[in-house]
Amino acid sequence: MAQVLETAAKETESLISGSEAIAVACKLADVDVITAYPIRPYDTVMQYVAKLVSNGELDCEYIVAESEHSQFEIVKHASAAGARVFCGSSGVGWMYAFEALTVTPALRIPMVAMVGNRALDDPGAFGVEHNDALAVRDLGWQLVWVDNAQEALDVALIAYRVAEDRRVFLPCAIGCDGAFLTHSQTQVKIPPQEWVNAFLPPYNRGDLLLHPDNPITVAPQVNEDWLMEIRKHNDEAMKRSKIVIKEVYADFARIFGRDYGNPYFEEYHTEDADVVLVGMGTLSMPVKVAIRRMRQEGKKVGFVRLRWFRPFPTEELAQTLGRFKAVGVIDRDFSFGSPHLSGVLATEVRAALYPAATRPPLAGFICGLGGREVTVPDVQRMSDMLLKAAAGETQPLTTWIGIRE
Amino acid sequence: MGRLFAVEIVYRGIFQKNLAKNISRGIALAARANGKMGISFGRYGDSPERNGIPAKNFAVIGTDEETLQEGMAKYEPKEVDITISVDDTLLKGVESWAWYGLQPINRLLRPGGTLIVTSMHEADALIPMAHRKETPYQLAILKGTPSFSGLWVYKDDHTDVRILGAIARVLPELFTIDDVEQAIMEEWNDPLKTVSARKSHDRTATRSVQPTEGNPDHPFEFTLPKWHEMREGVVIPSIARGAGFADPATEQVGGFRPVRNPTFKKFTTRTMRPVVDFETCVKCTLCWLQCPDSCFDVTPDGLYDANMEACCGCGVCEAVCPVENCVTMVNESAFQDNSSQWEMWKKDKPAYKAWLQEKIQHKPERSHGFRYRGQYQDQIKTMVADGVLEVPGKEEITITERVVSDMGEASSGGME
Repeated sequence: MAQVLETAAKETESLISGSEAIAVACKLADVDVITAYPIRPYDTVMQYVAKLVSNGELDCEYIVAESEHSQFEIVKHASAAGARVFCGSSGVGWMYAFEALTVTPALRIPMVAMVGNRALDDPGAFGVEHNDALAVRDLGWQLVWVDNAQEALDVALIAYRVAEDRRVFLPCAIGCDGAFLTHSQTQVKIPPQEWVNAFLPPYNRGDLLLHPDNPITVAPQVNEDWLMEIRKHNDEAMKRSKIVIKEVYADFARIFGRDYGNPYFEEYHTEDADVVLVGMGTLSMPVKVAIRRMRQEGKKVGFVRLRWFRPFPTEELAQTLGRFKAVGVIDRDFSFGSPHLSGVLATEVRAALYPAATRPPLAGFICGLGGREVTVPDVQRMSDMLLKAAAGETQPLTTWIGIRE
Repeated sequence: MGRLFAVEIVYRGIFQKNLAKNISRGIALAARANGKMGISFGRYGDSPERNGIPAKNFAVIGTDEETLQEGMAKYEPKEVDITISVDDTLLKGVESWAWYGLQPINRLLRPGGTLIVTSMHEADALIPMAHRKETPYQLAILKGTPSFSGLWVYKDDHTDVRILGAIARVLPELFTIDDVEQAIMEEWNDPLKTVSARKSHDRTATRSVQPTEGNPDHPFEFTLPKWHEMREGVVIPSIARGAGFADPATEQVGGFRPVRNPTFKKFTTRTMRPVVDFETCVKCTLCWLQCPDSCFDVTPDGLYDANMEACCGCGVCEAVCPVENCVTMVNESAFQDNSSQWEMWKKDKPAYKAWLQEKIQHKPERSHGFRYRGQYQDQIKTMVADGVLEVPGKEEITITERVVSDMGEASSGGME
């Protein structure tokens, strides 16, 4: 392998969007079957994939289905028959595929899907909310969020390696914020094919392969005497996923020379922070800008950007967050009627912290819904509330930020 | 902290979508050649898959990665160094598919920033089209007709690289003409385009526009309601039906004018407008019936008056009108306001007739869409004959040749 890497061509650089980066990853991963059905912002991926196919750069079955439901069913079956597959959708398109989404992890299908995060209708809106992807959080889907086009490309490759690991065999959805990531072109380093080949072995479905030479029945009807054990399989697979993710990121750093450090979450200015914000996706940009400004004013604010939501890095996150005097969780989603009327992420972080040795006060923030910009003043306001909480002044458990009121 | 640059490209949906994307990409690539980092993106709330609708692309450039972050995860910059308008009729303002009200073309321009327009008009004709701005700004005109093509095609008339050359001239801190040439070769590998860029760079001149110059009108705007002021259930009230109105000459009340949405008018989609000869109108109703935007008011005397607060300039009325020269589409840059043609006619018929003749004599001067094959060539000849296009010392030169010679050695193989 060392020889492969030495003789391999260098990385090239290209000005591409997050969606194009995912399409490039499909090409590098030599995906066999891709299905598509248009909805903004995911449709940008299918456009670039179609371009790669028509230019002869990607040799795959590219099927435009008649709906998202069929789109996800087709790749599910193709994956069962041993094909590496890619799929994706957004907002209510993802929801229209929901039945197919529920059966995919149960059948241990290592599908990789891109969710171009979009608000759920009604009313019709294009902007980012995370509720679409989060809807599958309980079903056995691995869920990861990225915040730039480079990470989108890298994580798409990582997702195949993790999902297709025999210890895991679970689907993985990559959350990409609509507009800010899917429609924004930045400089991205594109690795040479040799590196990807060295990193990503062929998909081997082994004894689960649906093939005449391997006579099996997939998904028979079962009842109460079987189902609980089958659920336990997925529980264990998800548990193992967390270990595999760590291994794969280490291998990625070795081969590609890009080290993401802690694979589960990124820490920004946390070393000496009094308080931290936690969030997912592209809101990292205004948060980082605001933190740099606040640090000039002497306010010790840090940021934890969660990448992997499923499997949830419970112990790691609890240990990290326990160090601070107050924690604020920014949700680009809602969960009406939930505990403390918080967003999904805040509820999960609270749950993770409950058995922790130290439990800082936690404030939940609902912010940036429907793609509304999370602004630097928004972040400063949230941070100021946390600094007050750190000083012993009780803050509301949930606050809506940036709403006209 | 380094410096953050921003450039916006204002363009017309479908016709210029690829052009705008190429320009913003080109800016990011040229800035990259200059050692800066950039992003290129379209305004997400726009819907540029609609004919002629004003839309925007942006290039945001930082001198380093941290600075660039200040301009990321946003729909649009708060302020731009350069606004590029690739169709001069956009100078009248921008109302996108997204619901922002009417935005002056120079709204985002920072004090002293530059507005670059592609146009065959001179500054004196262009400046009154744009709303006044409190601070002075620069105007640079890139000679040429607006570059229009379709959604899936690209009219490679070098408008993209000529814009890049002009940017290098007015904002050399962003990138130089050498950087532009490097980016062109990397992106397009076309030496001819580098020549065009350099010619444009060398010829670009700016003129200062003062706060006292421009359209004094206040663009329509509105206040977004608070959450507790909005109706529940994603419900909005319907627009009221409409009523008759008075004849300014006879004071007779009649006809019908539908009430129109006061906050979403769409008329900046228009690159040309119908001019109506009320004396030859046979009242056949076809324009009124076929207008996709219900823009025609029925007058008390049974005529049809295209309301310029509602007309999107699609040209269907002209196409369906059975009377020759009764409805004529005329380039939007020929008009200063949205006032009623019918009222003008009612008040002073001889004056209206003179006005009408003056407007329709440039009949082929449409910005996009042609009535017949070969009309583009005819249009050039007419423009030359009418003096719209100045061709010093060379009678037979076509506008294409003029633009090409402006660009450089693209077709003739030599300059001067």
